[in-house]
Amino acid sequence: MWPPAVNLLRRLNPRLCAFPKGACLKAAHSSSSSSVISRSSSSSSLSQPHDGLYPEHIPTTLLQKALLAVGSGAAALHDPYRHDMVAVLGETTGHMTLIQLRDNMRNDPEGYSILMKRPRIRLSTLDLDKMAAMPEGSFGKEYLRFLNENRVTPDSRAEVRFVDDEELAFVMQRYREVHDLLHTLLGMPTNMLGEVAVKWFEAANTGLPMCVLGAVLGPLRLKPVRLQTLLTTLGPWAVKNGQKSRCVLNIFYENRWEQYIEDLREELGIEPPPLSVS
Amino acid sequence: MAASVGLCTRRIFRVFYTNVYLSASAVWPGSVHGRAPHTTRSLSQEAGDRSTHFGFETVQEEEKAKRVYQVFENVAQKYDVMNDAMSLGVHRLWKDILLHAMNPQPGARLLDVAGGTGDIAFRFLEYIKSQEDKMRKREARSMQTPSWQDISTNYLNEQGEEPKESTAVVCDINKEMLKVGKQKADSMGIVSGLSWVAGDAEELPFGDDEFDIYTIAFGIRNVTHIEQALQEAHRVLKPGGRFMCLEFSKVSNPLLSTIYDTYSFQVIPVLGEVIAGDWKSYQYLVESIRKFPDQEDFKGMIEDAGFYCVSFHNLTGGIVALHSGFKL
Repeated sequence: MWPPAVNLLRRLNPRLCAFPKGACLKAAHSSSSSSVISRSSSSSSLSQPHDGLYPEHIPTTLLQKALLAVGSGAAALHDPYRHDMVAVLGETTGHMTLIQLRDNMRNDPEGYSILMKRPRIRLSTLDLDKMAAMPEGSFGKEYLRFLNENRVTPDSRAEVRFVDDEELAFVMQRYREVHDLLHTLLGMPTNMLGEVAVKWFEAANTGLPMCVLGAVLGPLRLKPVRLQTLLTTLGPWAVKNGQKSRCVLNIFYENRWEQYIEDLREELGIEPPPLSVS
Repeated sequence: MAASVGLCTRRIFRVFYTNVYLSASAVWPGSVHGRAPHTTRSLSQEAGDRSTHFGFETVQEEEKAKRVYQVFENVAQKYDVMNDAMSLGVHRLWKDILLHAMNPQPGARLLDVAGGTGDIAFRFLEYIKSQEDKMRKREARSMQTPSWQDISTNYLNEQGEEPKESTAVVCDINKEMLKVGKQKADSMGIVSGLSWVAGDAEELPFGDDEFDIYTIAFGIRNVTHIEQALQEAHRVLKPGGRFMCLEFSKVSNPLLSTIYDTYSFQVIPVLGEVIAGDWKSYQYLVESIRKFPDQEDFKGMIEDAGFYCVSFHNLTGGIVALHSGFKL
């Protein structure tokens, strides 16, 4: 599932844009992974003052959310390349969990500073040159390696639209942006097995219904050999670590680029992966 | 002195000119025809700050065309799928009804404006073909026992005869929609009798008195100046030509209206998001339906453009109305 998705993402984000989202109309800042949709939403959020709680917010009734949840779930199952549908599913089903996560963040000093400062992980906010110059084994360097090897970019995450609270929308957005960093921390690539392993970790760590659904349905698409690996070694490791580690949203990753990845793992309570997944 | 006279005449000209179009840019539905209250407004709006509606939003007129273009550019690929999903396939019946009301004969020239993906044009060509088949069968049946004289006249006729070819021209302002339509035509194997033209309904790239039938199906509510489009329709039609318009309209039955509104605003944007990945375009679509004048008002607008024998038929309880008028 993921290598074609990665190719798709590569094709849709050919240019890295140095401008922050608000100033740039190019497709590199498209709010979802389809270039067909990009122009409408990005230009409309620029030229029209938004009447929602945050730019890109689309207020929805309970009925609409229910329909969206069912529809997006069906669409995502039908066509796993519809990342926008997975995103919508997460937004419409995650309300209670987002509240829990937000409260968790408020009670943690680092999480609280994240809620106050609202950092965003985008190519425009990352200093790639500085990260490339960091020593081997540092978190920043490893993250950069992950981005290059798997040919992904942090700018391909869809914007949150259907969460009706501005702070919860940020929590959701933070979860999405932290996903790639989790890949780095767990040492998992972006192929199907790696993604499912990360989903199991996230389901255990955050409890978001979308992660749980992904964790349950993802393995159905795995080849038998990989499924066995997942069920015997990778899966239990992911779940155990997800449960015992700190909530991944509580970490101010942007301050920790220089930290050695092993130290960071130890601090969070994440064991290194039991085997390397290719 | 000459400069100020020129300025004066230009101002006067603009007052007359803007008056005609102000009622099309009225923000409230069921646009009024009263011109007097707008006269004072028109002088202050010479600078070009006229606003109109884009769904429930108010935008500048220049911007509306651009926004509409973007909407259809985004939805073009999934346009037909979405139509089937939103109307549960009923839009096909509406278009079939349009064709049956039109009842085109072989040799007719059709202009389908805002014809995008070509639904009306394809149906037109099929209808003409089946009419021609019917005619041929009728002729064959009536000539079962021809005399030698008949046979020889037939041979002479056949040599000199050129069957009147019906042509359909699909005109749309949006190139993406035309592209999708052309692909459909190719996959259906239609090689002749069909042409695709990019053009603006308010300023058609055709000469006067060219077409027998002008249709615009579910397109006229997206036009910024509806009256201009109606005048253009009048211009390009031949005398005796027919104007036909399918468009979403007002539902009078209150129960059906509630169900329709709930469905429109709750379900359709969700369908747009799930199927086409575009909530906002479909939100615009359902809002633009509410902003369009109702059946009687639109009939009045068509009459104002110079059409005669204007009538309308409600389809599906008034969800869609078929308006028709003739140029005499």
